[in-house]
Amino acid sequence: MNLVGAPIDRVDGRRKITGTARYAAETPLPGLTYAVMVESTIPAGTIAAVDAAAATRASGVIAVLTYENAPKVEQHKVAGMTDRNLPLLQDRIVRYDRQPVAVVVADTFERATDAASLVRIRYDTSVPALSLAHGSGYHPEHSHGDEPSVYERGNVDAAFAGADVKIDRTYTTPVEHHNPMEPHATVATWDGDVLTVYDATQGVFGTRSRLAVAFGIPPANVRVVCPFVGGGFGSKGSAWAHTVLAAMAARAVKRPVKLVLARPQMFGSVGYRPATIQRVTLGAKRDGTLVSTLHEVRSQTSIFDEFVEPSAELTKMLYAVPNVRTINTVVPLNAATPTFMRAPGESSGSFALESAMDELAYAVGLDPLEVRLRNHADSDPSKQLPFSSKSLRECYSVGAERFGWSRRVPRARSMRDGGLLVGMGVASATYPTNRSAASALVRLSSDGTAHVFAGTQDLGTGAYTVFSQVAAEELGIPVSSVRFELGDTNFPMGPVSGGSQTTASVGNAVSVAARSARDRAIGLALGDPQSSLHGHDADAIDVRDGRIFLRDRPDVGDTYAAILGRHPQGEIEERGDARPGDEKTAFSMHAFGAQFAEVRVDPELGTVRVVKMVGAFASGRILNAKTARSQYLGGMVWGLSMALHEITRTDARSGRIMNANLADYLVPVNKDVPSDFEAYIVPEDDPNVNPLGVKGIGEIGIVGAAAAIANAVYHATGTRVRDLPIQPEKLV
Amino acid sequence: MRPFAYTRTASSSAAVATVTADRDAKFLAGGTNLIDLMKDTVEAPALLVDINALPFGDIVEHRTFVRIGALARMSDTADHPAVVRIAPAVAEALLASASPQLRNAATIGGNLMQRTRCAYFRDVATACNKREPGRGCAAIDGINRQHAVLGGSRDCICVHPSDMAVALLAVDAIVRTRGPRGERSIPIAAFHTLPGDTPQIETVLEHGELIVAVDIPISRLASTSTYVKVRDRASYEFALVSVGAALSVRDGKIADARLGLGGIAPKPWRALASERALIGVAPSAAAFERAAEIAVGGARGYGHNDFKIPLVKRLIVKSLASVAA
Repeated sequence: MNLVGAPIDRVDGRRKITGTARYAAETPLPGLTYAVMVESTIPAGTIAAVDAAAATRASGVIAVLTYENAPKVEQHKVAGMTDRNLPLLQDRIVRYDRQPVAVVVADTFERATDAASLVRIRYDTSVPALSLAHGSGYHPEHSHGDEPSVYERGNVDAAFAGADVKIDRTYTTPVEHHNPMEPHATVATWDGDVLTVYDATQGVFGTRSRLAVAFGIPPANVRVVCPFVGGGFGSKGSAWAHTVLAAMAARAVKRPVKLVLARPQMFGSVGYRPATIQRVTLGAKRDGTLVSTLHEVRSQTSIFDEFVEPSAELTKMLYAVPNVRTINTVVPLNAATPTFMRAPGESSGSFALESAMDELAYAVGLDPLEVRLRNHADSDPSKQLPFSSKSLRECYSVGAERFGWSRRVPRARSMRDGGLLVGMGVASATYPTNRSAASALVRLSSDGTAHVFAGTQDLGTGAYTVFSQVAAEELGIPVSSVRFELGDTNFPMGPVSGGSQTTASVGNAVSVAARSARDRAIGLALGDPQSSLHGHDADAIDVRDGRIFLRDRPDVGDTYAAILGRHPQGEIEERGDARPGDEKTAFSMHAFGAQFAEVRVDPELGTVRVVKMVGAFASGRILNAKTARSQYLGGMVWGLSMALHEITRTDARSGRIMNANLADYLVPVNKDVPSDFEAYIVPEDDPNVNPLGVKGIGEIGIVGAAAAIANAVYHATGTRVRDLPIQPEKLV
Repeated sequence: MRPFAYTRTASSSAAVATVTADRDAKFLAGGTNLIDLMKDTVEAPALLVDINALPFGDIVEHRTFVRIGALARMSDTADHPAVVRIAPAVAEALLASASPQLRNAATIGGNLMQRTRCAYFRDVATACNKREPGRGCAAIDGINRQHAVLGGSRDCICVHPSDMAVALLAVDAIVRTRGPRGERSIPIAAFHTLPGDTPQIETVLEHGELIVAVDIPISRLASTSTYVKVRDRASYEFALVSVGAALSVRDGKIADARLGLGGIAPKPWRALASERALIGVAPSAAAFERAAEIAVGGARGYGHNDFKIPLVKRLIVKSLASVAA
C-alpha cells in the first residue's frame, strides 16, 4: 500500500468547512463567564493608581483583577526554549506598551468589554528604551539552542582584507506580528485543585507545565486540550500571560472563564518577530568563490526576558566558506518579548545573506544562480559532517527550469514590459531538520478500526491527515478506518509543534505504535487455533485493507475485526515511543530549496507587483503531496508579504504600536498573489535522517522568498532595497 | 464600545428631528465606519438613529443629471450603468475602495461622512485634536507616512479617506441634504472643511442635517473622467495618493479640466489652480507636469510622508495623460 505520500484530502477538512471542528474559544461550558484584558498604554513606568470603581459597578461585572488584588502566582519561567517570563498582575511595574494591567470578568463578553474600557489607570512614566539601533546590547550565551552567539571559523578579518571582491552591507527587517486567523483563546475551569484549560496552543504539554508552575500545582493536576488550532506560526508556541490570567480569573470567580484576545491584543503579549539590523560582509575571489563571510545580527528582546532572533545560523552552513564569523547582539527594549515566527532566524537572516549573495553576483558579473552553485557546500562546513541528504542542486535546476530563469537578461534595469520594469531574482532556502521525543498510542478494535492518540497539535497544517496515513499504512487498513485524536495532555506526550519537527517527531512514534499493534494482532492470529493463520510464520505475513494473509497464498488469511472479535477485551492497545538516535552526531540534517521571483515595477510610482513565483524544495520523504504543497505555498506567500507588506510601526517617542489591526498592518490579499505561483516537490530519499525519512516542511517555504523578491526588484530597477518592506518611497 | 440607545425610523423628518434634538445622537447607515469607531470608543454616541429604512436607496438618471440616493450601496453604485457612463471616475473610485463585503454594506452618504484613518485619531490612548480638541496632535511628529502634505494645520494633518469623494470632485457632484432648516444643495468641493484650529469639524453639515442624495450633472467632461490610486497592496487598502481627473479637448486645446487629489489632504483636494493652468493649452507632457507642479505648490512633508509630494505629481501627469489619450 502506498498511503503515505498520497495527496489525499484533509481528514478534518469536512469538519472545518462545516463548522463542527471545535476551536478553543468555542468550548461550551455551563456557567461560563467572560474575561477581557486591559492593557497598558505606556511602555515604561509604574502604576500610580487604579480606579476600578466604575468598572466594578458596571452591569454584569463579577470581578476586576489588578495588581492590587490578583492572587499570587509565579511570573518567572523555569526552563525550556518556549518558556517565558510573564506579566501576571503581580506588581505595579509596566515593562511594555500593551502589557496586561487588569482583567475584567463579567457575565457576557459585551459587558466585560464595556467594563474593561472603564478601568482607569494612572501611571508614573519613566524613560523607555526603544531604540534598537542606539540601545546598548549584549551577546547572549546562545543564539539558538546550544549554538554560541559568537562563532568563528578560520580568520575572517584576514581573508576579507585579502579578498578580490568585497561586499559590506547592512540590511534591516522590521518587527512583524504573526496574526494567525484564530486569535489566542483560553477557556479555563477549576474543579478543586484540578485545572482544565482549552487553549489555542502549539504545545499542550508546554502550556501544562507553565500553568503548573504558575499556580504551584503538580502538572498531573492540569489538563490542556487543543483539538484544533487556527494557525500559530510560533505565536502559540509558548504559554503567554492571557492563558494564566484566564485560569487565575476562573479561580477567583469560581466559575469557568473564557478569555479571547481581540485583534489589537494580538499585537500585545503573544510575541512577534523582532526587528533586526544585520551587517553582512562577503569576501570573494574574482570567480565568485567566497573566502569570507561575516554576519552580525542585532535584534531586540524585552527588558524582562531574552529571545534571540538567530538570523546568522544559516550563514554558518549554507555555503562552502572557509572563514566565517557570526555575532548575535540583543538589545533589551521596553517592548513585549519577541518569539519564534515562521523560520525564526532563517527568514530574516536569509533576506540579508541572500541579498548580499545577489550583490556579489553583480560585483563579479556572474549569474546569481551560478554564484550560488560555485559556493555550494557539499558537506556542512560548520559541523564538518556530511549532510544526511542534500538536493539543493536539483532544487536550483528544477526551479530554474519551471520558472524560466533562462529568460533573464543579466544586466539590471534591462527588461521591460510596456511601461513597466521587469525583474527576476533567486535565493537559496534551508531549514534544519529537528526532532524530539514523542509517543503515540494505537488501539485496534473488533470493528476493524484503529483509534490513535498523540499529545501533539495540528496547526492547520495537516497533522491529522498525515498521521492517519502513517497509521493506516503501517497497520494495513484504509485511512478511513483510522480515527486520530490529538491535542490533549491525557494522550501520550508530544513536543511543541515548532521548528518544523512535528512530523519527524510524532510521525515516527505513530509508526512505531502502529507497527507494534499490527505485530501483536498478527501474533494473536498466529497463536490462535481458530485462525486460518494459526501456526504460520510471522515473516510470511502481509497486511492489506484490514486483512492479514500469507504473502504467497493470499487466500489464506484473517482480519483485524475477526482477530479482535475473538479477543477477550475486543481490542488491543500498543504504545509507541520514538526519540532521536545518534544521527545528529553523524550527519548534518537540513531541508533545502530554491526560490525564484519575477516582478513588475512601475518606474514612476514605485509600485511592485510579483507576477510569478516558483519554489523548489527537497525535504526528504513527503507524506502527503497536497498538504505539503499547501505548506510550501503558504510560506512563499508569507515571504511575499515580508518583502512587500509587513511592518509593525511603533511610535519612536511613545513606544506604542500604532497599527495594531489588520486594516493598518498589511498582509497580502488575493490580488497581490499571482496565479502563476507554484511550489515543486523535489524527490529526495534520506535513509539517515530518521526512520520515516522525513524533514520538516512547515517553515522552509518562507526562507529566501523575501530575498528572491528583493533581488528581482533590484534586477528590475537597479535600486537595491536593503530595508524591508519594499514600499514605493524606497523606489521613487 | 459603550452602551447606547437605538431607534429606527422610516421618516426622514423624524430622523432629522430626533438627531437634531440630541447632541449625542448620530445617524446610522451602513455602519462600516461608525461601528468600528464605537468599538474603539473613539465615537460614543448615546443614540443611534438607523436610517436604512428611508427611501434613499435608488439611483435614477434624469435628463441633466444622475441622482444617487444617499443609501445606495457602494457596490450597486459602482455597477450602475448610468454611473459608469456619466461618471466613470466615480465607478472606478468605488471599485478601488475597501473590499466587496464592505462595499455591499457601506452607503454613498456614509462614504462622504467617513472619518480619517489616522492611527492617532483611532487610538484613544494617544493625543488627537480631532478626537479631543486641545489635546494635541501626535501625528505631526509621529508616524506620519499616511498624512497630509497639503491643507493641514498645526492642529491636524490627517487625510480624508474617501476615494469616491475625490472622484466626485472631477465630475462636479452636488450633495443634497435635509436638515433642521430645510433642504440645501452643496457642491462637493464645498462640502468638506479643512481642520484649521477646529479639526473636530469636518464638513459644513449642521448637527441633524442628513445627506439624502448625491447628484452628478451629465457632461462631456464628466464622461471622460478617470480615477487612479497608488497603494501599498493591490486591493483593500486606502490610497497613498490618488487622482480623479477629467479633461475635455476642443480644437487641440484643453477646453475644461478637473483635478481632484486624494491621500494628501484633510479633505478631498481640488487642484483649482492646476485646472486653470490647463485650460486653453494643448495637452502635452509639459503642460501636465506644469499642472502637477502647481498642484503641490505649498505642499509640506512631515518626514515619513515626504515621498507623497513627488508621487502625487507623477500620478497627476500619468492620469492627465491617460484622460487626454
